[in-house]
Amino acid sequence: MRVVSFQNILNAVSEALIDMNYHVEEPIVKAFYQSIETEASALGKSILKDLILNAEIAATGKAPICQDTGMVVAFVTYGQDIHMSEGSISEAIHLGVKKAYAEGYLRKSVVRDPLKRINTGDNTPAIIYYDVVPGDVLEIELAAKGFGSENMSATKMLKPSDGKAGVKAFVIDTILKAGSNPCPPIVVGVGIGGTIDKAAQIAKRALFRDLGEPNTDEDVRLLEEELLSEINALGIGPQGLGGTTTALAVHVETYPTHIAGLPVAVNINCHASRHKKISL
Amino acid sequence: MSKIRIKTPLTTAVVEGLKAGDEVLISGFIYTARDAAHMRLIALMDEHQPLPMSLEGEVIYYVGPSPARPGEVIGACGPTTSYRMDSLTVPLLKLGLKGMIGKGDRSDDVISAMKETKSVYFAAIGGAGALISKSVISTQPIAFDDLGAEALVRLEVLDFPAVVAIDCKGQNLYRNATLKYKK
Repeated sequence: MRVVSFQNILNAVSEALIDMNYHVEEPIVKAFYQSIETEASALGKSILKDLILNAEIAATGKAPICQDTGMVVAFVTYGQDIHMSEGSISEAIHLGVKKAYAEGYLRKSVVRDPLKRINTGDNTPAIIYYDVVPGDVLEIELAAKGFGSENMSATKMLKPSDGKAGVKAFVIDTILKAGSNPCPPIVVGVGIGGTIDKAAQIAKRALFRDLGEPNTDEDVRLLEEELLSEINALGIGPQGLGGTTTALAVHVETYPTHIAGLPVAVNINCHASRHKKISL
Repeated sequence: MSKIRIKTPLTTAVVEGLKAGDEVLISGFIYTARDAAHMRLIALMDEHQPLPMSLEGEVIYYVGPSPARPGEVIGACGPTTSYRMDSLTVPLLKLGLKGMIGKGDRSDDVISAMKETKSVYFAAIGGAGALISKSVISTQPIAFDDLGAEALVRLEVLDFPAVVAIDCKGQNLYRNATLKYKK
């Protein structure tokens, strides 16, 4: 058994959230530079250059990358031999969010009730998923998920006979409908299989992968490549104002499913893709 | 491409001179309003109550800034997605609203009202909130303070960077430029 300090978790969560909101991930900045080389639209190139400039200004601490500093999503890998010094790990994460959004001058974007819409005032609660595993490992993967892109995400229950072609058609249709709204260039997470909720959950999980890191399965990796090239041929471009840089990466995850079904979920992330993994 | 400097409030003559695709730098006063503030404005109109400001020639910016750090005028303040305001926009255009700044395409109803009222829709770069914050020189709360980040605030801007996405003739960069790069 290993005892983990409640306060350490709270502080680590807070630090990670502030950091990801002010510092654009290195692979994303690299992708901006690479896209400037290949982008066909002059306005598109100019937008990509402004995104690099934006990253530089945010890194000075003047203001976060984007005013939508997101709703926090956490995937926790929780070893069953871990014992908390006090309270619960969920409580530590929620309090870490509260601290980060106050001390980091981040926007509080969460409402208590989806219909009454009164702001909680501290950006809590976070959305937390747990994977309980043997041993005493404790990892928390965090994201600050913006909603311009979340709003453009979609789920569909396909028929088994729709197959790979059906999956691709649904992904492309979702990106076309999203158009300029999710702040392209985007990162696309796709979940195939499971149940309706599992497909959405693994689509979200796919967005936590390092940008452009391919799936280890050869067929899935090929699907990722095909989708990326087809999405970038749609013409949407940076900010939807036309161009060849619509997505920076497509990440696909799969899960076993029922003989009767083929669930698919597409979770879109804007270019302000903010993720961080902490190990405690 | 040289950028066109424009000042608010906007006149019909200035709006008619702007074409979809033009890059502009906006200076003067603009008003922040997003979902919640729009719903309040429409509710006031439904109740025949006066609005907190005149809309004549004015520009509304769809934004909910992050809090200003000590010593800063404002936090990150990039645009939010405009389609959510589509169903709340036409009455404001009819009251003289001349310009909107946001991101993403607009509905046919909004575009047709823009043509009737000779108004313009600008796109700012979504997710460039830190960069855009540099063009805001002062802020003045106007109404709905209880909405926090969604309150109606008057921003004084200098050389605020934007692109004419839809002009007053209905030319639409989102629809036209996309076709040009489709393979």
